[in-house]
Amino acid sequence: MNTRPQDSANASENIIRVEGVTKSFKKGRESVEVLHQLDLEIQKGEFCALMGPSGSGKTTLLNLIGGLDHPSAGQISVSGARIDQMNSRKLARWRSSHVGFIFQFYNLMPVLTAQRNVELPLLLKKMSGRERSKRASTALEIVGLQDRAKHLPRELSGGQEQRVAIARAIVSDPDVLLADEPTGDLDRETAGEILDLLSTLNQRHGKTILMVTHDPVAAERATRVVHMDKGRLIESASSAGTTGTS
Amino acid sequence: MMGMFHLIRKNLTRKKLRTLFTLLSIIIAFVLFSLLGGLSRAFSLGVEVAGADRLITMHRVSFIQPVPLSYVARVNAIEGVETAMHQTWFGGYFQDPRQQIGLFPTDLETLREVYPEYKVPDQQWQNLLRNQTGILVGQTMADNYGWSVGDRIPMFSSIFPQQDGSYSWDMDIEAIFTGSGNNADEMQVFMHYDYFNEARAFGRDTVGWIVTKISDPEQADQVAAAIDLRFANSPTETKSSTEAGWTAGFAAQVGNIGLMVQMVLACVFFTLLLITGNTMAQAVRERTSELAVLKTIGFSDRRVLFMVLGESMTVAIVGGVIGLALGYVFIQGAAASLSQFLPGLAMSPSAGLTGVLVAIGLGFITGILPAWQAGRLKVIDALSRG
Repeated sequence: MNTRPQDSANASENIIRVEGVTKSFKKGRESVEVLHQLDLEIQKGEFCALMGPSGSGKTTLLNLIGGLDHPSAGQISVSGARIDQMNSRKLARWRSSHVGFIFQFYNLMPVLTAQRNVELPLLLKKMSGRERSKRASTALEIVGLQDRAKHLPRELSGGQEQRVAIARAIVSDPDVLLADEPTGDLDRETAGEILDLLSTLNQRHGKTILMVTHDPVAAERATRVVHMDKGRLIESASSAGTTGTS
Repeated sequence: MMGMFHLIRKNLTRKKLRTLFTLLSIIIAFVLFSLLGGLSRAFSLGVEVAGADRLITMHRVSFIQPVPLSYVARVNAIEGVETAMHQTWFGGYFQDPRQQIGLFPTDLETLREVYPEYKVPDQQWQNLLRNQTGILVGQTMADNYGWSVGDRIPMFSSIFPQQDGSYSWDMDIEAIFTGSGNNADEMQVFMHYDYFNEARAFGRDTVGWIVTKISDPEQADQVAAAIDLRFANSPTETKSSTEAGWTAGFAAQVGNIGLMVQMVLACVFFTLLLITGNTMAQAVRERTSELAVLKTIGFSDRRVLFMVLGESMTVAIVGGVIGLALGYVFIQGAAASLSQFLPGLAMSPSAGLTGVLVAIGLGFITGILPAWQAGRLKVIDALSRG
């Protein structure tokens, strides 16, 4: 199973390559396979929406691509690195530089200001406090929240919190942004603003985005939509209209 | 690094009341640690300052039973004895009968031979030997009462009246000595035995105990046995021991202070361990999803472990240091007013250092389990729970 938006795409441009990935979880004595021999390639600069019913394995696939979990079988390469072969320590270091995560419920540190929340990933880098602060300010500026830098999360609206979370995701300039239902907790208008921001990051800043969503409206903003069901990819469509099936 | 400290500080202040109560419980425990440690030191200080080359010989029954003055010369004749002198408990006080003073009639001429650590200016020493009502006062004692050389003071005895029935004894401060550097020996006064012996109404030619300086500390047990053997089967049999042993035995009459202090502190710190450990575990449980997010953005297991451990150790060390500092202040205050009874009441530098080490240990023990759990946290599980 190989889903690609364009047959002519060069394999070297694939920033994410998933090959024959299987993922099983232990449930008591039983082993439940949630992903079955799954293949997926995402090109650099793509904005890909991953859709499917609950339990189809979307988030599990996202977690595997983000290096939060190991596949039971198969290979995963992101930005040329075989992350399925890394141990947890290497994966942590790799995550800090190569992927940014955006969650449905923002997951900001409630005790830190927006600025300090954005600075969190930079604590892992060797840089001065001034440099950290400067970069975080730039990230907040990109998401349009520089005037809220000193605010705590509880002083922000849901949309603003998600913008801070996006700033945190992009502050270390990762290759890939992984978003898990980023608009799931927002009203339609605010969700639209967040999707606009993601589109901007994709088009203007060249970020590759993989977004899990249930929302067809959100998926429309992606350049490519991949459907999953029961742990398999079943359909892939690009914004140009090309469709493939698993 | 500063960023991590900021994160630790913010995590600790997220529930201010809880952190405050935890901090207070640690502070109180360490104040107790300081006070009880100081008390224990006060009772054992005599043992610490006791000379290894000195023996104490007293009546076999009790040290309140006198021994004949003639024994001193006989002890002096025993092999291995360098010099022997005597002391007697005067039961002295100045103005307030409740504030007893360690005043000892003694043979002042040999005092400096047996206690070479007592430093007295030569001129003052000569004046002291010339004046039979002259007394030698410890520096701390003189400071406490505002006495100085040349003062004439009425000293009282709760035991010995003079032949005219008066319990008041006029004395002249002729010399002030400094001791080994602690308050214990500088809270003493020495007077001429001859003046005391001639003027007292009863008990003539007896002394409280004999202090013997021996030539070889290695031979202390043999010399002590020889002294007691010398007076065996006499009407006044003796019991000799090293000065340290005698002082320890004296302190033990009050009770095993050291053991009592240790038991109380063990109870306090065990309870503290449970309280702080539970608080830390709860604080980590409440932040499971936040810790998972930190790991998601690249914090390694080890970094998360050290962060949580850092929180625990910060609380314990800050609380411990504040508690020790407060304890020091309390002890200083108490030492001033209790100097007559507990001259050694103080917090030694080693006790302070031990306190800091205990605080570090407390922080480590209470934090290591929650920190280890935080370090092992599975991101996927924690995010799905959160």
